[in-house]
Formats: sequence, structure tokens, C-alpha cells
Amino acid sequence: MLDSMHRDAAPCPKLVVEGVSKWFRTPRAVTHALDGVTLHVNDGEFVCLVGPSGCGKSTLLDIIAGLTWPDQGYVTADGCPVEGPERHRLVMFQDSALFPWLTAFGNVMFGLKLVPELTRAQRREIALRYLDMVGLANFARANVHELSGGMKQRVAFARALAPDPHVLLMDEPLSALDALTREALYWDIQRIQQERRKTIVLVTHNVREAVCLGDRVVLLSPHPGRIREEFRIDLPRPRDVNSMELARHASRITTALKGYTVPEAVE
Amino acid sequence: MRRAILAAVFFVALLAAWQVMVMTGQWSPVLLPSPVEVGGYLWGSLWDGTLIAAIVVTLRRLLLGYAIGLAIGLPLGLLSSGSEFIEDTIGMLALGLQTLPSVCWVPLALLWFGQTEGAMLFVVVMGTAWSVMIATDTGARTIPPVFARAARTMGSEGFHKWTRVILPASLPFLITGMKQGWAFAWRSLMAAEIYVTVLTGFGLGHLLHYGRELNAMDQVIGVMLVIVAIGLLADKALFGPWERFLHRRWGLGTRTR
Repeated sequence: MLDSMHRDAAPCPKLVVEGVSKWFRTPRAVTHALDGVTLHVNDGEFVCLVGPSGCGKSTLLDIIAGLTWPDQGYVTADGCPVEGPERHRLVMFQDSALFPWLTAFGNVMFGLKLVPELTRAQRREIALRYLDMVGLANFARANVHELSGGMKQRVAFARALAPDPHVLLMDEPLSALDALTREALYWDIQRIQQERRKTIVLVTHNVREAVCLGDRVVLLSPHPGRIREEFRIDLPRPRDVNSMELARHASRITTALKGYTVPEAVE
Repeated sequence: MRRAILAAVFFVALLAAWQVMVMTGQWSPVLLPSPVEVGGYLWGSLWDGTLIAAIVVTLRRLLLGYAIGLAIGLPLGLLSSGSEFIEDTIGMLALGLQTLPSVCWVPLALLWFGQTEGAMLFVVVMGTAWSVMIATDTGARTIPPVFARAARTMGSEGFHKWTRVILPASLPFLITGMKQGWAFAWRSLMAAEIYVTVLTGFGLGHLLHYGRELNAMDQVIGVMLVIVAIGLLADKALFGPWERFLHRRWGLGTRTR
């Protein structure tokens, strides 16, 4: 705590990934998943990692979360080395990972109950506020199996935001949704990001999604996963994923992406 | 309501058919007494207290044995799902012992404990613990790993993770395991009571056994009916609430028509 206050004087990146390499060893083969990845993310910045499947972007996210260890290099958050998962860096997964034994409200409360500073009343109030923010105030008591795919991801989003993490890591959170639901969520995520200003790292293979949401789009290429290029997106917010302007940016990035990978691998 | 009426009609028809078969002489009343005779036995033994006393004795043994079986099986199952060593040792043992019909424990139990309550309990526990352990182990293994990952990033570790994530996530399997354990406990106890005469209490199994010795088929059938009824009631009363909870929360067991 004191440490981070001390550092406020000289601003440094919220998240530092420095020279991270990772190999997966199985009895049959050794896969080089990540190769010397360096990435700095500033406070309140929304960074999208884009790459074809197998480029190690999910592995990178796991390493930032502290769920996996790098073989080389290191990761720091707020200047402190990442040594394991911690509630200041929450992860949102592709399949909502909501707990089916809890209601929507109970799921949002799960993370809040692990924040010791809060009182019971505060937790309830925060949980309801975030459910309201994602448009599910009326579904607080709903069971997980009663929610649609989009609603589940909204609850997961509320669950990830409610404990007020320093960093939010999103692993293809919208990939499993239909196009209409996804577009609705683009608006919601942008609106909430305007209000909350979180540091977010989002992994996706959808270039338009990355351009729509990200302040910066980072391209990764596979075998082994390497950072190839970065694009700063200065379009005004909120952005419409269907706008021509956005499509132009996206096609420029897609072209760059194709240059680094075999065409079939790009979606 | 309509379902209840249909079910009632079915059972009344079943009893009526039974009665008719006996009355018309199709079935010898020596081999199969009529429902009226069985009812007469049940009514009489209910009022002279023998039936109630036997039920109390049996249920006490059953619940105690089942509780001990669960207390052994649940933690062992959780442990073996998380430790290769326990999986390879106690897990293997459990798998073998689970296939052993619990009656096989009776000779050993008699030798070790004599004709005591201890022998009864031992048989019930041996019949219950292993199947509960295996079901719990399977349950804890089949939990999607994403639950544990999500929980860990929210700051849930160690004891909290086990009690708030792994345990509730394996609830559907735990219930299955507990239900199976219950059925095993019930069977084991009946086997033990039929084979072992214990001076400390006269259970339903003994009642059944002596019914056979005395050629009192109305008693045999009556006690069998009581055993079935208790099994059914326990299933509904013990596991019904849990299954309704699973159905509501998980959306499990929804009947598709």
C-alpha cells in the first residue's frame, strides 16, 4: 500500500511484462508458447491482445493473472512482482465461469466477500449497484442456468468489476456470444469503462472488437508467441463497431496480422 | 394432484390384483399371504409395539453407521481427488472394497466384535464409506477447472477455496454419492441383522429372520413392506430437499418431454 503511494510521484506503468518466455513441456514435444514478450500497460488503459489461436495470448493473460509462471522474464503489477493470483487482478473467462450453486447476486458477492475492508451492508449495496450497471438489476435472484449467454457474461463482468480490482484481465469474454449480443456488450463495456477507468487487458482474435474497445491494439504472432506490432487507436468514444472509420482501422490491422501468419490461421 | 391420484389408483389396483389372486386360489396363501393378512400382521405388531421398537433399533444403527461412513468417505474422497498418493493407495483399496458385497464382512465382524452393536456398525460402515469416497472423488475431479481458477483470481485460496468452491461445485456428485451410500448402508444393515443375532436390540432384519423361522409369511412380507417404505421415505425426506435445490440452482434433472 505504502509502496504504491510512494510511486505515485514518479508515474510508472500499472502493469509491466518484461521479456516473458514460456515453454510447455509434454512427454511428446516441447512447445515454445511465448518468446520474449514485453508489454507495458498504463493506469486506466484498455489494451487488446490480438492474434490467431495458438499465439499464446491466453497463456500471457494467465501469466499476468499469476495462474501460470513464466520460464523467463517477469511481470509486475503496481511495481510489485506477480507471485500468484490475487484479487487486485481479476480475470473474466470465455465461458463465464459463474458458480452454478449461487444466484447472480451470490456470484457478484463471492468476490466482494473476499474484500475484508467492506461491511456486509456495503457489499450488498455494491453488488446490487454493479448488477444494475450491467442492466441486470431485476435478475439478482436468478439462477445461473436461467440466464442467457450474454446475461451470464454481464454477471461475470459485474462480478469482476465489483471488488474494484486494479487490473481486469479478459480472456475472449465475448467470443462465445452471438453478434447482436456482442455488439450490445461493446456499448456497455465502453460506457462502464468511461465511468470506472479500469486498467484492462483483453485477449481476442476479433480485430474489430479490439479496435472498438482498445486504446491500444497489440498484435501477436504464433509459434512462438511474439509481439509484432502495436496500434494506438485514437477514435473518439463511444465507438460503433460497424462504423466505416473503425472498419478502416481494423482492415489495416488485419492486413498486418496476415503478414505475420499463414492466411488460414486468421479468422 | 392428478399425478398423485393416478399413482394412488395404480397402487390400489396392484393390491386388489394381489388379493384377487390369493382369494381365487391361484397363489397358495402359505407361499404368499393376502394383503389383508399382511395388513393384519402390520396392524397388530404396530399396536403391541414390536414393529415400532424394531424400527427404532434399526434406524438408530442405520443413521449412526451412515454418519460414520459419510465422515470417513467424504474427506477421503476429497483428499484422493487432490493427492496422487492417496488415489494410488487408499483409492485403489476403496475401489476393491466397494465391489465386495457387504455381507462378506459379516463373518469378520462377528469374529472381531462378537454379537454386539459394534459388529452391526462395522458392516454398515464398510458398506457405506467406500462408495461415498469413490463418488466424492469422482465428483471433485469432474469440476470444471475454470471454477477453481476464477475463485483463485478473486482471492480464494486454501480452506476457503475448498469449502466455498470445490465442495459446492461437487455437490451434484456428493448427493449422488450420499444417496448411493444410503442405499448401501440400508442393504448392509439388513444383511447384518438377518445374519447376526444381537442381544442389545431387535431390528427389522431380525423380525424378518424370525418370521421365516416361524413360517409366518405375513410377518416376512409385512416387514419387507416396512423396509421398502422406510427406504422410500428416507430417500424423499433426506435427499428430496437437496435434489430440489440442485434442480432449482443447477437446472439439473429437468424432465424433458
